[in-house]
Amino acid sequence: MGKMSRSPWLLHYDASSCNGCDIEVLDCLTPKYDIERFGIINTGDPFQADILLITGGVNSQTEPVVKQLYSQMPSPKVVVAVGICACTGGVFKECYNIRGGIDTVIPVDVYVPGCAARPESIIDGVVKAVQILDQKRAAQNQEA
Amino acid sequence: MTRILLILGYLVLAPAAGALLDGADRVISARMQRRKGPSLLQPFYDLQKLFAKQMIAVNNVQMLLNLSYLVFLAIAGAMLFAGQDILMCMFILSTADMFLIMAASSDSSPYASLGAGREMLQMMAYEPLTLIIAVGFYLTTGSSHVSDIVHASSSAVWLMPGMFLGFIFTAAVKFRKSPFDLSTSHHAHQEMVKGLTTEMSGPTLAIMNIAEYYEMILILGIFGLFIVNENWWSWPLAVLVCLVIFFLEVLWDNASARVKWDLLLKGCWTVTLLAGGLNLLILMLVR
Repeated sequence: MGKMSRSPWLLHYDASSCNGCDIEVLDCLTPKYDIERFGIINTGDPFQADILLITGGVNSQTEPVVKQLYSQMPSPKVVVAVGICACTGGVFKECYNIRGGIDTVIPVDVYVPGCAARPESIIDGVVKAVQILDQKRAAQNQEA
Repeated sequence: MTRILLILGYLVLAPAAGALLDGADRVISARMQRRKGPSLLQPFYDLQKLFAKQMIAVNNVQMLLNLSYLVFLAIAGAMLFAGQDILMCMFILSTADMFLIMAASSDSSPYASLGAGREMLQMMAYEPLTLIIAVGFYLTTGSSHVSDIVHASSSAVWLMPGMFLGFIFTAAVKFRKSPFDLSTSHHAHQEMVKGLTTEMSGPTLAIMNIAEYYEMILILGIFGLFIVNENWWSWPLAVLVCLVIFFLEVLWDNASARVKWDLLLKGCWTVTLLAGGLNLLILMLVR
């Protein structure tokens, strides 16, 4: 385990989700799944977050917000797209106001499919993201 | 020589002890909520990570102000553990807090500014009792020097039980525990994001956390001062009492919801007046 992977702090943003995935994200914090046992905290503050968890596809209103949140996070940082809408746009893909998945706006590192994504798969995705976080940290050190 | 050792001991060990207590707090809180909770060493991992993060600062002065907060808290704590004047120690403690407020108001974030305002309200809430306690120690032991207080023939708590209980109440403000965690909270989401610390990231936040650990040990040290006397067995007893009080604060944190600022002021001032003020009045009549 590297420096970053022991205390990944989450930032959760709902880009245009139906709240299905959001409720599953909150489920991860409940006693049954208890995501804090990995040292994960749901911060709500981009300045202190390491992992950006986005649910729902990006529409024209949330696009600048997603970009803003991503730019406010200190590196190294990773993005996890939770739910099929966040991955590809899902059933809303053809809508006039939907840009598509999160990766149309910012680079995404982990895709967690599902409608709604199950808490188990969200935790799996976050654990994957944590490993990528360590790799990014190592890559940064090599550059420096 | 022992004085220098005590100061060095505090400066080196206090952050580690504070981080361990914080870790214990998180594990105990998790168990109270029937969760497994993080590892006991989680605060150390958090600090390690925060120092490894990129430094995003909205201005140059915030880091300096946060460092001042850390240094002044370390000075205040070192004064207490070196046996200096307790009144002076408490004044430096409030000076340190002013630096934190300035650090939070130095950026333009509305959440941080709100947090700074609430921090000032919190200072108004707990400050009167800390001053009463300093006077109380002087009246009880005839000196405001910590080195004299610890050599008293009997524990100070027998003559200042009201202040002791009142301080348990207001210490929840200093420990940033619910119901008084208005300005910022250790727990997830609150109505103004992270309050005071909203614009602090990476190393800046890590320094703020270390300062909080210094403060935690300092406050527990003042609790210990109520207990210690010239007998050797009062020292382990004081440590035990500090741990019990810390557990009570964690219990209270998990059992109560955050209050509004007017209830914070009213609550703390009522307790200060009833527990602290009456105790002081009786002390003045007796001594």
